[in-house]
Amino acid sequence: MRTNALYIGRTLERIRRNWGLYVLLFPAVVLTLLFAYKPMYGVLIAFKDYSPAMGIGDSPWAGFKYFEKFFHSYQFTNTIRNTLVISLYSLATFPIPIMLALLVNQMRAGRFKRFFQTVSYMPHFISTVVMVGLMLILFSPSTGLVGNMYQLFGAQAPDLMGSSALFSSVYVWSDVWQHVGWDSIIYIAALSAVDPSLYEAATVDGASRWHKVRYIDIPMLLPTAITLLILRVGGLLGVGFEKVYLMQNDLNILSSEILSTYVYKIGLLSSQYSFSSAINLFNTVINFILLILVNQLSKKYSENSLW
Amino acid sequence: MTRTPRAKRRSRVTVAEVVLYAFAVLFLIAIIYPIYFIVIASFSDPSSVANGQVWVFPKGFTLEGYKELLRHENIWIGYRNTILYTVVGTLIGLVVNISAAYALSRKDLVGRKFFSLFFIFTMFFSGGLIPTFLTIRDFHLYNTFLVMVLPFSVVVFDMIVARTFFQTSIPGDLWEAAQIDGCGNLRYFVLIVLPLSKAIIAVLGLWIAVGYWNSYFNALIYLKDPNLYPLQLILRNILITNQMQSGMGTGEAAQVALRLANLMRYSVIIIATIPIMCVYPFIQKYFNQGVMIGAVKE
Repeated sequence: MRTNALYIGRTLERIRRNWGLYVLLFPAVVLTLLFAYKPMYGVLIAFKDYSPAMGIGDSPWAGFKYFEKFFHSYQFTNTIRNTLVISLYSLATFPIPIMLALLVNQMRAGRFKRFFQTVSYMPHFISTVVMVGLMLILFSPSTGLVGNMYQLFGAQAPDLMGSSALFSSVYVWSDVWQHVGWDSIIYIAALSAVDPSLYEAATVDGASRWHKVRYIDIPMLLPTAITLLILRVGGLLGVGFEKVYLMQNDLNILSSEILSTYVYKIGLLSSQYSFSSAINLFNTVINFILLILVNQLSKKYSENSLW
Repeated sequence: MTRTPRAKRRSRVTVAEVVLYAFAVLFLIAIIYPIYFIVIASFSDPSSVANGQVWVFPKGFTLEGYKELLRHENIWIGYRNTILYTVVGTLIGLVVNISAAYALSRKDLVGRKFFSLFFIFTMFFSGGLIPTFLTIRDFHLYNTFLVMVLPFSVVVFDMIVARTFFQTSIPGDLWEAAQIDGCGNLRYFVLIVLPLSKAIIAVLGLWIAVGYWNSYFNALIYLKDPNLYPLQLILRNILITNQMQSGMGTGEAAQVALRLANLMRYSVIIIATIPIMCVYPFIQKYFNQGVMIGAVKE
């Protein structure tokens, strides 16, 4: 009893002594409570017949009505399939930045290497809106760069932006183009931390350039790669709204309607708040489960984990 | 050893190396050429561009696209708004994230673990679009200047990066010494920690600024008044929404208008991207540093 009181007293004393730190923490905590935690309470409307007049608390309960409505709607299979196709396809490009980093690491330090890196990050700074606008004008079969290239060979260019079949490829590869340099930075940083004596020892043992990549560089990158992979898998169903929504048009809608764009349309464009929240919550929960699952798996097999 | 290892490496150009550099050059072309093409196309006669005559140099040099932009009032309103959002948003973001990150970096903060979890949880779980929208509306922030700079200013990822920086670069002894001299936490943070943290402030400031400059999602959802629209939303109307309708007209006049509209698209891409591209070479080394700091695990 007394030791308890003593402990609490000591803790309070420590808090009092460092009150300044709580002042520093205060704005971020308040903003997070207001704009991240308060909306979490609003998730309740997924289980209610939300009516703006009554507010979240007073609206009548609807149980799993809106979840069932989604599971039975024709958009259920379509949006989930599209979301999965795009995200798994993106996930498959995961090793590309690693390869680029290995490539850069093989270059001799100098002007070319610096130039190469500077250029490779450049597209990362193009905004999503400009990126999609760029794709629209470059990929135009009649007046764009791609159209002109096909014409050089006397062929008819495919309509890349207006094709349902090509949508996922256009989405994923334009993303690779835009971000591969940037994504490789973290691996380049990890490689620069490799102890040079490892390479020297390997050279003495007669290792070739390829052997060094295979037995030194790649193992060095694995922990970073796994951590990033876990994060990616955790967001597997959270394919970005921004780019997909901008790329969508009537011609490709069949394969471009994904969960997040559907949530937006149902919720904000047609004001079905409860229905939209239910779809959103379904999405978030699956992501959360995936993240925990992959993290556990990784913990078990590779000793890498987020927590 | 008579020769330095460097000279030894220089003297041997292997097949592997030739392949490596050939591949690197191809990669460079794939990245640069589309960007370069946009630049020359923006100065070229739109018919030449459409007919595939523009490849390496501008053809039929013209500034019509840029002149057309000058007439487009919305773009300048958008520019002004974006600059305002970027400056104010970045300042708020820096203050909020850096100060919280510093507090979290201190081992003697009671409840450190709790606060870390409190922030990190929001990275993986959120209320989602509609509940967030309703919250913003309840606070009467819908369609205001404030909604563009305040609600989403806490960026947990940035906070973690900054926290790692403070943990690894600010020696704990410094605080002990300051304490003995009777310096409080706030004074110590402002007078000693901040001046030592220019690198991380630069990195985060630039990350946040680029984010604000390029963002359109929040504007799309939370703004109604076109006078508040940021540049990206205006760009969306010019580059993407209009694109759908531009294929309609067929007459001579419509053809000319269409060409001009196409030309303006090239120019608008240039003027919207130039500010970021201009600062980027100067800040690049900080960006690298930032990512490296972020790569260090706890």
